[in-house]
Amino acid sequence: MTTLNQPTSLREHVTPIAAETHVVSAQWVKQGLMLALADGRVLRWRDGAAAFVEAHAGGILCAIGDGERLISGGDDGRLVATGFEGEPVEIAKDPKRRWIDAITLSGSGNLAWNNGKTVQARDEKGRVRTLEAASTPQGLVFAPKGYRLAIAQMNGVSLWYPNTEAKPEFLEWKGSHLDANWSPDGRFIVTSMQENALHGWKLGDKPSHMRMTGYPAKPRSLSWSHDGLWLASSGADGAIVWPFQGDGPQGKAPRECGVRHARVTRVAFHPGALVLAIGYDDGCILMVRLTDGSELLVRPPERGSGISAFAWDKAGKRLAFGAEDGAAGVLVLPS
Amino acid sequence: MSEKIPVTVLTGYLGAGKTTLLNRILTEDHGKKFAVIVNEFGEAGIDGDLIVGADEEVFEMNNGCICCTVRGDLIRILDGLMKRKGKFDAIIVETTGLADPAPVAQTFFVDQDVGDATRLDAVVTVTDAKWLKDRLKDAPEAKNQIAFADVIILNKTDLVTAEELADVEAAIRAINPYAKLHKAERANVDIAALLDRNAFDLDRILDIEPDFLEAGHHHHHAEDVRSFSFTLPGDVDPEKFMPWINDIAQIQGPNILRSKGILSFKDEPRRFVFQGVHMILDGDLQRDWKPGEKRESRLVFIGRGLNENELRKGFEACAA
Repeated sequence: MTTLNQPTSLREHVTPIAAETHVVSAQWVKQGLMLALADGRVLRWRDGAAAFVEAHAGGILCAIGDGERLISGGDDGRLVATGFEGEPVEIAKDPKRRWIDAITLSGSGNLAWNNGKTVQARDEKGRVRTLEAASTPQGLVFAPKGYRLAIAQMNGVSLWYPNTEAKPEFLEWKGSHLDANWSPDGRFIVTSMQENALHGWKLGDKPSHMRMTGYPAKPRSLSWSHDGLWLASSGADGAIVWPFQGDGPQGKAPRECGVRHARVTRVAFHPGALVLAIGYDDGCILMVRLTDGSELLVRPPERGSGISAFAWDKAGKRLAFGAEDGAAGVLVLPS
Repeated sequence: MSEKIPVTVLTGYLGAGKTTLLNRILTEDHGKKFAVIVNEFGEAGIDGDLIVGADEEVFEMNNGCICCTVRGDLIRILDGLMKRKGKFDAIIVETTGLADPAPVAQTFFVDQDVGDATRLDAVVTVTDAKWLKDRLKDAPEAKNQIAFADVIILNKTDLVTAEELADVEAAIRAINPYAKLHKAERANVDIAALLDRNAFDLDRILDIEPDFLEAGHHHHHAEDVRSFSFTLPGDVDPEKFMPWINDIAQIQGPNILRSKGILSFKDEPRRFVFQGVHMILDGDLQRDWKPGEKRESRLVFIGRGLNENELRKGFEACAA
């Protein structure tokens, strides 16, 4: 049943936030919203009140949230945890000040990041193991279960058990692999590639390849649906959503949602429904329901304000967004 | 869209004076702020907020183009820097002494995100007046760096005699007569001569006359890296020229380091201008031929082991 008085626009439910500079990442924590900014600051926001705190001397390149804190990697080679109160705390520092390009966190609290080619993995007890990758990784992701890390790099993906001495398994595919994603059921690994494509592996005794091509730009934002059956991606004039039922998307056509005369830069599935938030390089944000393709406007286009970050809160009631010009906001879904 | 950030690529064989030049650029009072990408294992001695260490991570594009190698680390670092727009006015990329400049240049043509945000301004090569001739004998990289250059700094001229200097200059000109050449001691060259060259801007490829007098030019026929220029009076037929130049790029691309051309197409009021790096060609119709301007077509190739006669005959067959 659909309600008749459904709004076609959610604009009036958006509270704007002035983040002042390029928003690298948005993370909800227990007390509110945290935005990691490209100039090294973190913005703490709760119910309209915002405060900046300096986390890095240089810029923030990547960030993730653990529910309590925002953990950021910077071009100062430092890994910093910023809680909602108090001063940011340094977790690790690279003596050579090598950039931290990628960071990831597992459900059980394992943390991994890179300093240049060196990959560091820290288990929940705080033990750090390192691995030298063949090239600087830009994508790290933990398996949904177990202490195993996927490392996207040139010509493939390494699968590493940090707490064993075993040599990492290497999934080979020529080209430069950028971001890494593991499906919630653990069966698939998908990377975004330099060649405007996604590449996937169905894991098993003999991993099989999946090629998802045809993007006009690099698909740098990926998001799994809550049921793990769909993978949404950026890089085209609409969100490209691949079906991962059964053996995966090989030979199947993807869904295209929210097609406009602009390029999709960020996608984020709702944590509990087949609803996708789509951000574009012209600043527009649409909310699309996968079941019937219906669209709601969240933010109208705004020149120079391409969407650079999305985050749904745990309950799926609020969507935070950030843009490359420092605009940001929170949409509260009408109940 | 805001202005694209200019990127200057600084190459040069080990010990030629790249770091000295870089330090001059960074410390001189010119009111510009630079982000500098240095190779991690390069000579020490520069530091600062926007100095980024890079490993030269070259990879081949998965697009069937065999010499289409790009610098993955550069794409990653430029992407990171672009989030901090306003912190710097220009970017300098220093390569290692042994690096081939082509993958750096190709990165700007092949990667769309890089091409949207930045523009390759020029390849600047620092050479050592005392040792260059030896390096040309034993190091193919040194030759590539000269062949590729838009600007050449002939450094350490105080360490050689006038005859030696004339000799090394002739050796450079035998490989690349088109680059702007500046003589220097301890890299004391006017910074303005290095920056904002627009060497890869099609609108600025106005003059591809060689920068020397033919009469005073020593021929170094033993040189495997050479440049050729061909001129056809009058028009060429685009129906013949376009397939020919594409074929040349496809087949001889690995040996062609740089190519440039200004062409007069039949019944076309505008000049056709193109440039290339290995197999990658970039061309467009540009401004009108001026009244009284001599309509002629001119090509320049700089490359290794190119067959001059074959290229000339092929080009001549494109005449309208």
